[in-house]
Amino acid sequence: MSSIDKSKIDTTASRTRILNKLGATLATGKDRDARAEAVKTHLRQHKRNLVPERGNVEGAERIALFRAQAEAVAASVVEVKSADEVPEAITAHLREHNLPARVKHGDDPGLTGLPWGKTPTLERDSGPANGDDAVSLSRAFSAVAETGTLILVSGADNPTTLNFLPENHIVVLDAKDLGGAYEDAWDRVREAYGAGTMPRTVNMISGPSRTADVEQTIQLGAHGPRSLHIIIVNGE
Amino acid sequence: MPEAAPRVGLFVTCLVDTFRPGVGWAAVKLLRDAGCDVDVPRGQTCCGQPAYNTGDRADTKAIAEQTIAAFEGFDYVVAPSGSCAGMLIKHYPQLFDDGSAMRAKAEALSARTHELVSFLVDVLGVDAVDTQFDGTVTYHDSCSGLRELGIKDQPRKLLGSVSGLTMEEMAETEVCCGFGGTFCVKYPDISNNMVGNKTANIGATGADTLLAGDLGCLMNMAGKLKREGSAVQVRHVAEVLAGATDEPAIGEAK
Amino acid sequence: MDITSPAFKSNVKRALADKQLQRAMGNVKVGFVKKRSAARDKLPEFDQLRDQARDIKDHTLEYLDLYYEIYEQKVREAGGKVHWAATAEDARDIILKICQAHDAKTVTKGKSMIAEEIALNEHLEAAGITPVETDLGEYIIQLRNEPPSHIIGPAIHLNRDQVEASFRRAHDHLPDERSLDEVSELVDEARQVLRQKYIDADVGITGANYLVAETGTSIIVTNEGNGDLTQSLPKVHIVCTSLEKLVPTLEDVSTILRVLARSATGQEFSTYTTLSTGARREGDPDGPEEYHVVILDNGRSDMLGTEFQDMLRCIRCGACMNHCPVYHSVGGHAYGWVYPGPMGSVLTPTLIGVDKAGHLPNASTFCGRCEAVCPMHIPLPKMMRHWREREFEHHLTPRTVRTSLGIWAFLARRPALYHLASSVFIRALKLLAFGRSRLKSVPLAGGWTRHRDLPMPEGRTFQEMWRAGGHE
Repeated sequence: MSSIDKSKIDTTASRTRILNKLGATLATGKDRDARAEAVKTHLRQHKRNLVPERGNVEGAERIALFRAQAEAVAASVVEVKSADEVPEAITAHLREHNLPARVKHGDDPGLTGLPWGKTPTLERDSGPANGDDAVSLSRAFSAVAETGTLILVSGADNPTTLNFLPENHIVVLDAKDLGGAYEDAWDRVREAYGAGTMPRTVNMISGPSRTADVEQTIQLGAHGPRSLHIIIVNGE
Repeated sequence: MPEAAPRVGLFVTCLVDTFRPGVGWAAVKLLRDAGCDVDVPRGQTCCGQPAYNTGDRADTKAIAEQTIAAFEGFDYVVAPSGSCAGMLIKHYPQLFDDGSAMRAKAEALSARTHELVSFLVDVLGVDAVDTQFDGTVTYHDSCSGLRELGIKDQPRKLLGSVSGLTMEEMAETEVCCGFGGTFCVKYPDISNNMVGNKTANIGATGADTLLAGDLGCLMNMAGKLKREGSAVQVRHVAEVLAGATDEPAIGEAK
Repeated sequence: MDITSPAFKSNVKRALADKQLQRAMGNVKVGFVKKRSAARDKLPEFDQLRDQARDIKDHTLEYLDLYYEIYEQKVREAGGKVHWAATAEDARDIILKICQAHDAKTVTKGKSMIAEEIALNEHLEAAGITPVETDLGEYIIQLRNEPPSHIIGPAIHLNRDQVEASFRRAHDHLPDERSLDEVSELVDEARQVLRQKYIDADVGITGANYLVAETGTSIIVTNEGNGDLTQSLPKVHIVCTSLEKLVPTLEDVSTILRVLARSATGQEFSTYTTLSTGARREGDPDGPEEYHVVILDNGRSDMLGTEFQDMLRCIRCGACMNHCPVYHSVGGHAYGWVYPGPMGSVLTPTLIGVDKAGHLPNASTFCGRCEAVCPMHIPLPKMMRHWREREFEHHLTPRTVRTSLGIWAFLARRPALYHLASSVFIRALKLLAFGRSRLKSVPLAGGWTRHRDLPMPEGRTFQEMWRAGGHE
């Protein structure tokens, strides 16, 4: 990991002052070990608080809830039976919306390993977004049915800029990766990266970009993608 | 409820006492009709909100102690105002240190204090009044009654039993009228904007009478309606429920 | 930025006379209120989640020192750096130094109220660095050289035609015939102008809605995606945040996120919730090479353990101002500094002093609507009253108010005298009325009668009549 800091700023004095002041107010007269233990326990257990009943559904119901919620925030959603059908689902979407037959994606094996031979006319680029890409393609790490939210993580094979800079964003979601609640996604993150460790960026995405900054009128496509298309691979 | 007629101490409130004693008599009638033995202790003055809301805690406490003493021995304390009742119920206990003798007394007073209409409905189980009022009314939910004491359905329930009365709800009935005690004279322009919104909403209902449970809000809205030349008549809800509508409405000539 | 809070009363007059503002505020009081109420109705557990969100923040505040030690350790492990700023001046100096170390010419900025609080833009500009606001609302007000008027909708005080005028003035490439009649056309115009700015910027500065101790993560919540472009394209990402934003775990922040958007805009969830932890990792194709978190205290640690501690639970959703009839009447600029509405009326006096901001906690009817909708159950009216108590104790309450209150309280503490005075008072008023049922002007009551009539008393007090043995 890079940890260069060219500025060489030292705020230790302020740090000491602020933390000492907090300690003087909070810790005076309290048992030091008990306080430390309370904090450690809370973090170690990372207990779930109340999780709304809404997301507590399984299987087809969970997928239906995710779809309904994502569509309610203006994402489009299709389901395919296997990963093999993804390339054709992409070209169908591009054709339907008069988008160029070119997508940019990262090197995620879940994407590079798709049978692209089925769609020879579709051009593909790899790497982060550069501002000229009309359509990007990503693979969802997970998703949350509760609010139709995709969870995307950054990494060597998953550039974050692809989620924001292109005008149109297509995301492939394996139904097996879909959880009911946000907390389900955090369990998956801990499983993949280890407790207390996160990828540089985790993006929770619910629909395409929007703004209501002018007269509270909702307008899609503020700075991020104007469209978000989700392809759910549902092998049953 | 006790076997004998419950002894109710009426907390008159300073505005009813001075500006509209008829509301006090309406309250007395409603309480007596519901089987209460009503008295009006002389030791009461004001609930203390003018001092409390100006940040004068010392005078507030002194007035609270005086009110607590004045109402000792009553089964219930009832006020024809959500705001004043809210002061006794929600704020008096907080004036005194936890565990102190005064805190205990304030909590005891709080437990037996009620706003008039909610007392009739929630405590005495009154679900109808035997009276008549020919007209269309709209009802403003005063802030303290609504948000501190949960008074919303009770007045509507009793008004629904008044023969001849039609209820026409206004838009934003839960939004403040802009009275706010000393607020309306400290920030008259903001208050005017708020009460102007309120009178517009009142006017839009087409109702001929405006009702509410707090005289401060009523005087504010009546003052604005009359300044605007509105014909809407303004009354305390207790007047209509008690059938005491012979006297002119608030701000109207005999 | 200039503080005009002491001139609150003249700000109010100007705001009430401003027709454009009044038109814009008309949208605010209807839109936000309906949307929040619909979102609440759709989630049966909403109120229970509010209770838990409050408890989570209370727990965090109780152990804030310890959670920060862990948070800082986690940031370091992830290749980031935490900077501590005791004052606004410290914070802007730290940020400027980071920018200068990278020879920054332009910086893009996501929406950050802390950046407003420390007046960051002015500071950067003075040092020759161009800050570019990227949130549409912030961009609009930057063009107009105005402060935000709402904590989540900075340009909520403006109407479409005013935005169009600002764009035409600032974007000199715009041909006159190019239509900007539709909101969509305005959004497109801003999108095009800002696109290249994201790519060209040397440093990206965002705020943070939350910090997570468990993982050393900062979180931003947006709808536009501007914050994400701001933080993922430049080489350096600076998070500009404050002491009360910390939450222990991902589970805890999930609970708070569930009440945030619903309370703020009535959305179930905002479009983008982004969790950032440290700098770009080995092999990552994009993301910032440096990650700095600047944590501002600026008086917040002084609030802990006082009657204002609960204010540190605030998650800046804006529900209090969205439901405030005073805010609806005067808009955000009248409050005279960064934070308007009920939360501002509590927070501003702690940050700039009650001597300057004394009007704010007084300009409330205590209608309680703010507290009723606050997702964190912050007793806003109670804390405004605490400010009034402080003012009273320190003799900052106006002399006329103090004197009349003093006379009134003297009587109110003496029931016999009080009842006598009441009788005399209403008889005098009755005399003054000459038989009229209401008055259009009353000596010493100009505050009342400027805008409304004063209904006249009937002539005897209830107490008098009761003592006399009955009605009439």
